[in-house]
Amino acid sequence: MSFLAAEAMTGGYGAADILHACTLTVDRGEIAVIVGPNGAGKSTAMKAVFGMLPLRAGQVRLDGRDITRLSPQERVRAGMGFVPQVRNVFVSMSVEENLEMGAFIRDDDFHATMEQVFALFPILRQKRRQPAGELSGGQRQQVAVGRALMTKPSLLMLDEPTAGVSPIVMDELFDKILEVAATGIAILMVEQNARQALAIADRGYVLVQGRNRFTDTGEALLADPEVRRTFLGG
Amino acid sequence: MDVLNALVLFANFVLIPATAYGAQLALGALGVTLIYAVLRFSNFAHGDTMAIGTMFVVLATWGLQSLGVSLGPLPTALLALPVGILGTVVLVLLTDAWVYRFYRSKRSEPVIFVIASVGIMFVYNALTRFVIGTDDQRFEDGARFVLRVGDFRAWSGLSEGLAIRTSQLLTLVVMVLTVAFVFWFLQKTRTGKAMRAYSDNEDLALLSGISPERVVRITWILAAALAVIAGTLYGLDKSFRPFTYFQLLLPIFAAAIVGGIGQPLGAVAGGFVVAYSEVMVTYAYKGILTYLLPESWRPEGLVQMLGTDYKFAVSFIILVVVLLIRPTGIFRGRVI
Repeated sequence: MSFLAAEAMTGGYGAADILHACTLTVDRGEIAVIVGPNGAGKSTAMKAVFGMLPLRAGQVRLDGRDITRLSPQERVRAGMGFVPQVRNVFVSMSVEENLEMGAFIRDDDFHATMEQVFALFPILRQKRRQPAGELSGGQRQQVAVGRALMTKPSLLMLDEPTAGVSPIVMDELFDKILEVAATGIAILMVEQNARQALAIADRGYVLVQGRNRFTDTGEALLADPEVRRTFLGG
Repeated sequence: MDVLNALVLFANFVLIPATAYGAQLALGALGVTLIYAVLRFSNFAHGDTMAIGTMFVVLATWGLQSLGVSLGPLPTALLALPVGILGTVVLVLLTDAWVYRFYRSKRSEPVIFVIASVGIMFVYNALTRFVIGTDDQRFEDGARFVLRVGDFRAWSGLSEGLAIRTSQLLTLVVMVLTVAFVFWFLQKTRTGKAMRAYSDNEDLALLSGISPERVVRITWILAAALAVIAGTLYGLDKSFRPFTYFQLLLPIFAAAIVGGIGQPLGAVAGGFVVAYSEVMVTYAYKGILTYLLPESWRPEGLVQMLGTDYKFAVSFIILVVVLLIRPTGIFRGRVI
């Protein structure tokens, strides 16, 4: 039984289904990456796991608990963290305030967690009083991830974290994601940069038209000639 | 050349009145800008919220005065202020529950909220006129002047006199305290930060567990309190008449937009920009120029750019110019 088990998810935004019996599983400390061509339903699948999409069929279990009926806010309380692709920080508020807002649902003292986030992303400690909107793209992504980490989630979901950042920043971000996973947090990630993402993935899901097409370890998928031919460019 | 007399004339008829007026506009604009930032619409009923709020204060003041309660040199209206604020908060929250919540649940366009607020404006105005009538009402008491013209002349030996009314000094002091409180609330408290987060990025705020109902409620409470304070200070300074507050909508919105709508600091700055512009453009500079210029250069006419009847034209022009040239205003608020 995996820590996160989203099984046979079928659903869409309106009348037409986007996902067809899509299954995603992640274990604690694992990095699972969802890749696929444009329009494959990768972000949709992750939104379904987070509860932002009504499911006609299928269920989502977190640590054995059935959370299919819970709203996104309730899932955050249950231990999920979600980093959207765009508009994922409060641009007019300082870095520190962004982190404070990340911990909004917590009653206890969250300063220890904030210290952990600053230890993970040292540049944020340096820029803690600056408005998040003034930071570069890569730094803003760090704020977005830090914000999601403030609730001490057991599952962290990232929607295309390296979209629009330079290759060096992308490498740094993947390093940070590896560090986060090393603390025991399960990571589910949608990525367009398939090659680099699969290189750090314990598990890879290739989605095509809302269905699971290939499922294997990242390494195996990178080596698979058919996967390489269909979307890694050989 | 009589610089001192010219300065005193300027201070008495431009500086002091414009500062008091600016403080009143600042408080009004602050309420409007908070509603715009969080609830995302221009509240056309804000002027008449000021009217009905001030009406509550006036009635409570009369009540206190008839009981013989007084505050010495300060106006009794200050004691009645909490009552007025409470009444207005209840009214505004009821309005939100009965009117605006419906449109929020339907996710209506902002312009729908604006039209609804115009309807609310008529309702509030009618209620005010119904209860207290349409005439001038006076409710100030206490010492009228902090500094009298005669005392100033005796002290300075100048021919021109300077007077500072209690209401003007009170306006400035209350404004500073209120603005300081609002800024402290928004910057340092958890609820204030949640309001700013909700205004910045609604979806992310909801994701962070911020309760939208709570944020909306606190915004209305703050805006209502600001409206009552602004309206009372204006009423103490001039006099209370139900229709005046509707007319104040134009300078208040001009102030909010000049400063940058959605930016609290902008509302305060904008209030003073508009007030000073209004007063300085419609002031007759003949007296000052007579003191400053040599005999042969002295003006014959009033040297007044616009008659005081055209006061509101100044706000209107400022509004149009800002929207054409720099819609985000001084502190870069949202573009409407």
